[in-house]
Amino acid sequence: MDETPVLSLSQVSKAFGAVRAVREVSLELFPGEVHALAGENGAGKSTIVKILSGVHRPDSGRILLDGEPVEFGGPADAQRAGVAVIYQEPTLFPDLSVMENIFMGRQPRGRLGIDRRAMRASAAELFARLGVHLDPDQPARGLSIADQQLVEIAKALSRQARVLIMDEPTAALSGTEVARLFGVARALRSQGCALLFISHRLEEIFELCRRVTTLRDGAYVAGDLIADLTPDDLVRRMVGRELDALFPKQETASGEVALKVRRLTREGVFTDVSFEVRRGEIVALAGLVGAGRSEVARAVFGIDRRDAGSVEVDGERLRPASPTAAMAAGLALVPEDRRQQGLVMDLSIERNIGLAGLAAVRRGPLISRLAERERAKDWAVRLRLKFGRLTDPVNVLSGGNQQKVVLAKWLARKPSVLIVDEPTRGIDVATKAEVHRLLSELAGSGVAVLMISSELPEVLGMADRVLVMHEGRLVAEIARADATEESVMAAATGRSVG
Amino acid sequence: MTVTAARPEAARRNGGRRLVDRVARVRELGIVVALGLLYGVTGAVNPSFLTYASLRDILLNSAIVAMLAVGQTLVVITRNVDLSVSSVVGLSAFGGALTLADHPGVPVAVVIAGCVLLGALCGAVNGLLVGAAKVPALVATLGTLYAFRGIDYAWAGGRQVNAADMPEGFLSLGTRSVLGVPLLALIALVVLAAVGWMLRNLRSGRELYAIGSNPEAAVLAGIRVRRRIVAAFVANGALAGLAGVMWAARFGTVDATVATGKELDVVAAVVVGGVAIFGGSGTVYGAALGALLLASITSALAVLRVDALAQTAINGALLIAAIVLDRVLALRVAAALRRRRFHDVAGPAPGEPHDVTVPAPGRPDDGR
Repeated sequence: MDETPVLSLSQVSKAFGAVRAVREVSLELFPGEVHALAGENGAGKSTIVKILSGVHRPDSGRILLDGEPVEFGGPADAQRAGVAVIYQEPTLFPDLSVMENIFMGRQPRGRLGIDRRAMRASAAELFARLGVHLDPDQPARGLSIADQQLVEIAKALSRQARVLIMDEPTAALSGTEVARLFGVARALRSQGCALLFISHRLEEIFELCRRVTTLRDGAYVAGDLIADLTPDDLVRRMVGRELDALFPKQETASGEVALKVRRLTREGVFTDVSFEVRRGEIVALAGLVGAGRSEVARAVFGIDRRDAGSVEVDGERLRPASPTAAMAAGLALVPEDRRQQGLVMDLSIERNIGLAGLAAVRRGPLISRLAERERAKDWAVRLRLKFGRLTDPVNVLSGGNQQKVVLAKWLARKPSVLIVDEPTRGIDVATKAEVHRLLSELAGSGVAVLMISSELPEVLGMADRVLVMHEGRLVAEIARADATEESVMAAATGRSVG
Repeated sequence: MTVTAARPEAARRNGGRRLVDRVARVRELGIVVALGLLYGVTGAVNPSFLTYASLRDILLNSAIVAMLAVGQTLVVITRNVDLSVSSVVGLSAFGGALTLADHPGVPVAVVIAGCVLLGALCGAVNGLLVGAAKVPALVATLGTLYAFRGIDYAWAGGRQVNAADMPEGFLSLGTRSVLGVPLLALIALVVLAAVGWMLRNLRSGRELYAIGSNPEAAVLAGIRVRRRIVAAFVANGALAGLAGVMWAARFGTVDATVATGKELDVVAAVVVGGVAIFGGSGTVYGAALGALLLASITSALAVLRVDALAQTAINGALLIAAIVLDRVLALRVAAALRRRRFHDVAGPAPGEPHDVTVPAPGRPDDGR
């Protein structure tokens, strides 16, 4: 394929204040080819995406469209040039219908303004092509992350983009959803679309991509053909050192029951869910996206009201619908969506870490900034947080480091039960291993850990027991020894377990 | 891709549900119910409340606030607010009245157009402060609330324009009726219908909702956010200018204090009308109904002989009651949607007939 690249970057640099996000990165996207962008969190991948999509302007270097230099004054310019982006975090309008989200700014027009019938039909057709059931009239608010992602994909499809950039599109998707996404990506590729694919799952890069560009700490490391690489080579390029991809949980003797959930029901969401988690144990809650796992976690923690059932922590029954009571009892919840639910993005690192434990840093009626800072510093070091200053807002951190801040916030409370929802979603290999090591250590120190995860290797590597949910019900409990990809997936998809 | 397998179910669902959905999603239902209750109860206690004269009065009283609420909705939908509307009304009312009194030769239509333009200019100031200079709307329009009123005071210099100074043809705009409906209410209705249509059927209208619903995503979607916000403020200013000149026609006596404090009535009407104060949702119909409800409550209290001193407090209490009722209905609907979505996951019964709202396969999906 020795043609001109559709879109390329030449020696592009971009700095945010003192942080040099990317330095002299070059990248060429060819039509009919899937190109991977690899690198750890904070390596500058998202910045590259934002430069290609016209959100950021490079400080130096050039963007070339069909070999000609262009300047993107804003996202609209990039879109006109045929660049569509599926961002890491879905960027939908919650108040508007699914179809309006897809066609915003490009709504089909009839004689009397927007032609809703045509718009609905086009949306339905896109969903049919994607093989999903989504009501075009449904508001985007309340869609699961996987469904939101599908709307984003439909949006990109409808644009008939020449360049499609996918920034970690698979992070929140289950196996079948990933397969479906890849089907769409391959179809676009064969139509001559150039794709840029970002994922932390190496097997996906090897399955889908032809070339890979690797970044490390904002700098260009290498550009290779996938065929010339092994996964180990790629990891070495990304981290510059060898490491174990996964950190298996250490065996610990499990203690008394710390969390006991009895017949928990939230009407229309999940039904009759009972389980126990013992001290020193990591219990995984597996299942497809939308099976009701996060909802169970929210009800256990008291964010959502439960319609029936009880939750006990260390033998004490929790007051329903009271996160305060749950926290006082020693429960901690690291939510799935860290930007919306886990962090106050504009607040500093130290403030965020201090948020869940203000009582501990109180001196009389006031909050001691000094104590707050000391505590934040302590946890930042323990979790090997990469940051400029503790007073920086968390939104300048990379995804993995943001997740560490959320973890630090809760760990600082010394919880007896820790619920983590997709703890390594959108996190790079190295940080992922660190999070796994951390969870293992926590369990070793007697914390009961309930881990919701859609990543099977993570579930199989970390969990002492695997609970599987399917359509709002707990359908299987699988001991570590019996847990295999097949047994978990069989239960998660509703097939009977042998 | 499983193209064919997906079709029948999706189609069946869409068809069977749309009507239920439409009804359930009408947020204005709450206010209609509240209005019904108010008129029912008050009319039962004192039938004179339902006479033509009384209803006509209520319509006249709510027309100007309704017009302002429609304009305000444009701004609130984008996650902004315009507190300066009352001052714009004052400025426009005084400017219009003064022109008519001092230059009787100028045609009424020109004066009205001038007032609308004056309002649009004020709106442009607000819009540039908020959209271009990035001053939070609450602060920027609080500033212009005083600034515009100050200009009004300086211009008037204590002067007052009386009905006798203005041509009869102009004043009749405020009192005339067409087929029994006050002209003022008809003008408000036309404004309402026009803005309502634009918000629903023009891309620029939908973009206002998008901006309020998720400003960051709006930027990423390539929407010219700044331009749209300025446009919303300009349109709101123009409507305030129109409302101002209508005010002069209706009340006849105009000084520099006209409409002082009205901005709160307008914002209240918008909020009661189900327009989310954080943007992204709500309709101008709701806002106009909100204005009608507020005017109706005031009239009802007078008819019911409620102590004038207690009226403001009761007004407030009823306002809160209306909002609570609306919230409760909204939550009910949300819960119903939630339950239904869950049943979807469980899968539909097989073998049911399906209608064909989904287009035939093989059509290009360029969405245009």
